[in-house]
Amino acid sequence: MDQTGDMRTRPVGRQALLVEVADAAAALALADWARRQGVEAGEIVPGAATVLFDEVAEIEVLRDVLAEWSPTAEPPRHASIEIEVRYDGPDLAFVAEAWGTDPEGVVERHSSVEYVAAFCGFAPGFAYLQGLSGELAVPRLESPRSRVPAGSVALAGAWCGIYPTASPGGWRILGSTDAVLWDQVRDQPALLPPGTRVRFVPS
Amino acid sequence: MSAELTVLQAGTLTTIQDRGRSGHAHLGVPRAGALDAPAARLANRLVGNDPGAALLEVTLGGLEFRLSTGRWVAVTGAPCPVLVGGRACGHDRAEWVPAGATVRIGQPRSGVRSYVAVAGGIAVEPVLGSRSTDTLAGVGPPVVEAGANLPLGRAGGAPRPHDTPRPRRPGPLRVTPGPRADWFGDDAVAALCATAYTVSAASNRIGLRLEGPPLVRVRTDELASEGMVVGAVQVPPSGTPVVFLADHPPTGGYPVLAVVLEDDLWQCAQLRPGDPVRFTAVDPPTAPRAPRG
Repeated sequence: MDQTGDMRTRPVGRQALLVEVADAAAALALADWARRQGVEAGEIVPGAATVLFDEVAEIEVLRDVLAEWSPTAEPPRHASIEIEVRYDGPDLAFVAEAWGTDPEGVVERHSSVEYVAAFCGFAPGFAYLQGLSGELAVPRLESPRSRVPAGSVALAGAWCGIYPTASPGGWRILGSTDAVLWDQVRDQPALLPPGTRVRFVPS
Repeated sequence: MSAELTVLQAGTLTTIQDRGRSGHAHLGVPRAGALDAPAARLANRLVGNDPGAALLEVTLGGLEFRLSTGRWVAVTGAPCPVLVGGRACGHDRAEWVPAGATVRIGQPRSGVRSYVAVAGGIAVEPVLGSRSTDTLAGVGPPVVEAGANLPLGRAGGAPRPHDTPRPRRPGPLRVTPGPRADWFGDDAVAALCATAYTVSAASNRIGLRLEGPPLVRVRTDELASEGMVVGAVQVPPSGTPVVFLADHPPTGGYPVLAVVLEDDLWQCAQLRPGDPVRFTAVDPPTAPRAPRG
């Protein structure tokens, strides 16, 4: 492990470097910055508090470039997207109870926040949306559903996510949307690449 | 009529693979690509293709096909019987397959995955820059099924002889310490390397799953999701390691104890359920630098 200012780096095999930062916002900022710098890495993958640089030819060169990054650098403004949601999910009542409110209160709170797609994972186009405060965190289902329909808008912890395709899943489902989250023949296959700002609009 | 390959029997699992799709991991897209990359490169080379041309990855044989026009074909990887129109043909060499002749790829004597390259390559429509089927998320062309007609590209190059044999000496999988080795205590990589594992039947293109005594974590809190590399030796709560292969999820929430060198990953493609697996530690990539002031 190597400590450089506000980041720690950990080698991952001979061609990759994992960089630890403070949080998801810092990870996104670093990944954005590294792309703009044109760092030579085949993959730049932000996570919840890390950025993975993979397929790196010269790890030492990458370390030198990364040493120039400051977490206070202003992140670029990304596209903003509105997503219409039918708040009729099977876990609406559970979340209402967890939040100490009623279903209308959940809709009010969930749709009054601006989210940012921090990173993708789980499935192509599945963005981990950050925006809810930590005290609104909800636990996952103890035993995942065998099939969650595409377009399900759901929560796990303080993360919000939308299932791009039908799959098994343990997130708490608030509702559904007709937005197409993933289309592999589209120029931009993911509707919500990292950095995208998202607002939910009750329909 | 354009040239095509007609699948008569698909076997257990036959997929189209090339070098995989790079640059989309941050969108949640696995890399995919041939699991035994050196075998795939050799097959392409033998028939005069570009090293990144798409070919068929055949799992435990059972593929049968014919071509609409005569082409050079080469079969590499897991050594298996190859019949062209009923005639036994060689492995690791280019064979001329006439139009309409049935080619049958039998069950390999050892190993798991054989590679069938046809001159001109499989020319299905690329998705995000690759023709590889990703079996985790379904990106790319569908799994090959009987009755499929797969378009072939234009055969350009001449077949090339097998004049550069590559070393294929199976041995312990060489690992460097992973980014979360410290979650397992000081001597965890040594413990990994001292343990005799066997390959689990649940192994697939996503990961080589191992059976053996569980590894013990010294940190039990949850790891926040982070990017994963191919070759990562990830340790789920069961404590038995999984070596991530080409179709691995791009992010994951279990700690990575070690990372298998890329040059050794082809072996993971050819290990059968029940086969023994050993790891051996090699030097980390670079010595850690002194902290900057």
